Amino acid sequence: MSYLGQQLVNGLTLGGVYALIALGYTLVYGVLQILNFAHGDVYMVGAFIGFFVMVGLGGPLAPSVPVAIMVLIMFLVAMLGTGLLGIVIERFAYRPLRNSTRIAPLISALGVSILLQNAALLLFSANIRTYDTSSYIPSTLGFSFADITIDGVRLFVLVLSIALMFGLARWVNTTQVGRAMRAIAYDRDAAVMMGIDVDKVIRWTFFVSAALAGAAGVMNGLLLRGVSNGMGLVPGLKGFTAAVIGGIGSIPGAMLGGLLLGVVESLAQGYLSTNFSDTITFALLIVVMLLKPNGLLGKRAIVKA
Amino acid sequence: MSENRVPEEIQENAAHEAAKLGIGTDEWVAQHEERTARKKGLKGVPQFIDESIPAWARWVVLLAAAFAFGAFVDNQYLLRIGVNLGLFVMLSYGLNIVMGYAGLLDLGYVAFYGIGAYGYALMSSEQLGHHWSTWLSVLIIIIGTALLGYIVSLPARRLFGDYLAIVTLFFGQVFVQLVLASDNITFPWADDYVDITAGANGIPGIDPFSFFGHKFLNIRDYYWLLLVLVALLTITISRINRTRIGRAWRTIREDALAAESMGVMVNRLKTMAFVTGAAIAGLAGAIFAAMQSAVFVSGFDMPLMTMIYAAVILGGSGSLAGAVMGAIVMSVLPEVLRVTNYSEILFLAVLVLTLAAVGKSVKRFTINIVSIALIGFAVKILLGFASIKITPTEEWVVGPVSRALSHWMYVPLDRVLWGNCAFVILIVLIAYFTTTTPRIKTILLPIIGYLGIFLWEVRLVTDVNTTRQLLIGAMLVVLMITRPQGFLGKPRVEVL
Repeated sequence: MSYLGQQLVNGLTLGGVYALIALGYTLVYGVLQILNFAHGDVYMVGAFIGFFVMVGLGGPLAPSVPVAIMVLIMFLVAMLGTGLLGIVIERFAYRPLRNSTRIAPLISALGVSILLQNAALLLFSANIRTYDTSSYIPSTLGFSFADITIDGVRLFVLVLSIALMFGLARWVNTTQVGRAMRAIAYDRDAAVMMGIDVDKVIRWTFFVSAALAGAAGVMNGLLLRGVSNGMGLVPGLKGFTAAVIGGIGSIPGAMLGGLLLGVVESLAQGYLSTNFSDTITFALLIVVMLLKPNGLLGKRAIVKA
Repeated sequence: MSENRVPEEIQENAAHEAAKLGIGTDEWVAQHEERTARKKGLKGVPQFIDESIPAWARWVVLLAAAFAFGAFVDNQYLLRIGVNLGLFVMLSYGLNIVMGYAGLLDLGYVAFYGIGAYGYALMSSEQLGHHWSTWLSVLIIIIGTALLGYIVSLPARRLFGDYLAIVTLFFGQVFVQLVLASDNITFPWADDYVDITAGANGIPGIDPFSFFGHKFLNIRDYYWLLLVLVALLTITISRINRTRIGRAWRTIREDALAAESMGVMVNRLKTMAFVTGAAIAGLAGAIFAAMQSAVFVSGFDMPLMTMIYAAVILGGSGSLAGAVMGAIVMSVLPEVLRVTNYSEILFLAVLVLTLAAVGKSVKRFTINIVSIALIGFAVKILLGFASIKITPTEEWVVGPVSRALSHWMYVPLDRVLWGNCAFVILIVLIAYFTTTTPRIKTILLPIIGYLGIFLWEVRLVTDVNTTRQLLIGAMLVVLMITRPQGFLGKPRVEVL
């Protein structure tokens, strides 16, 4: 029982990170119907920004500010940085293609992805960096509950990802930009006629979507995984899987899909095979796509052609 | 004043306006004629080539060149480039059928190539201890990949566009993950683990092809084999394209619903496209494995996928000549970049051409070149006063071009740091350049040119793989924005 519980907790933490990435895919898809393949690489940039902020504040061993503030600054700068990067990507790689063919933004996104990966390789070299979290957030921090231990970092990541999701849900549901975003997702032409500034809303969408990816990147770093230029590919695909399982374009769907995927993956690792866990995840996606092409919570798309 | 000069800014505004209005589709259709009209200057060159030289002449010239290459070139390295080009052309052809003709976005296409390669490796190496005859294994691979193509095509019956792309993308990932994980399979009834694919270590020692007792020991054998295959495929595919099947494929691409209502067997044709593409990729994979005599799964992942897509799209999806052209650019250009001497010359040539294209008049062009030269001297003098350490010429020089440039350009000691700074500044400037007013553009252009040369010489010329990938990435984005149909493709209106 405790093993199962432990796997569930690990899965939820992982799922929180996936959900944040998935939300980015879903937001952009909802508004522009573009699969933003560069999203995984934005996540990578976020992890790098977090790392360099940490180094700038004195490094993991001798931080010049209290640890809590350091982590906060890492998240804020990374989210801001990736958010701006998202706006830039939209401006230069997607906006010129808004009235182009269906495949053009997809290819352009592939191009951006290659560009980001190799720019990172050129600037930061191929060395794998680690946040070395355990030296400033002791692993003894955290609590145990009936044989299940949640260490401090995992708890923090879980809480923060849920907080970010709630924040996003509030933003989408209550603010003016959020409403405008939903309107555009529902019917762009009608939204334009209602006087909605589409460019502004799309900018905001990309900012928020990329900022979430940046936060996920820093979380990934805190959870003691290596930071390198190619790290975006697999989590990007996983986040994408989560978005699709939940129903791409649907915000609750992305959250559900992310958490579900995290749990499934960690259960597969715990009970079936560590080797085949990725295969299982991807196979799961193919099955979901075939049985329910619109995902678990997606609305049925009306396809003309 | 000619039609095409001034309106650039106005056009941009108009396009912007149209995007704002959100009724782009109608505008698009209305502007169709204007857009297909012959463009002046450099932009019209691809179209001019396309229209003035008949197709068969181009093919004959290509074939003769390929034949001469095989007959007279003795250099193993060059022959290897030729073989790689042949494989690349085969892959582009296959993808061209699936994506270019039938319009099915198959992002897992490269997995068939990998399956072909791994299939051959498993049937002809010590990995599983099999050494089957080439005929048998190649036949099994072609049939096997075709069958797999059939299975992958089943989702295509239900899914459209992006969703199909997703499923096929994950098919490709499942292949990679399976190969990686299949070096250590444990069964509940056995104690020992089973190693099928050797995981990330790859499979070495694969037998070469052997037909009628003739072993393919020389790389030239593979070259001839590929040349024959590519020639056959070119003829077959271009003929299929002109039959009912080819026409039906294109109808599906344009509008599957309309095609179906016209009695086109949409599902069967989608399957046919997938199966043909998969079999071609599988065969190419088998040849690759035999030629290379070792396979590694990392070679069949996303990077190669993007390269093949880039090749097909660059040349123009739906055009065989385009696929060949794209394959040449994507597989030969990186080899040229590998030789620093050529890459320097190539870079300067591209830079000068770009300046010529952007400058639009001879006067502008001259001003730009002179300004770049002046900036170079100014920087050298200024930084010389600041007495920042420089790299000794003999340490830095990589070829005759950089030797000449070393008199003009300032090369700091810490080339990585300065190069990185230049890289970031260059990207910011280029981004700013595309959005700003013409007046600032004229000022920015020489600075960008200088920074480009500086970055290239200081940093990129020694880091070939990264440079190549950066260029491919940038090219994809720029191509999509400026000429989404590729160089030899025909622009077409998409029905959404």
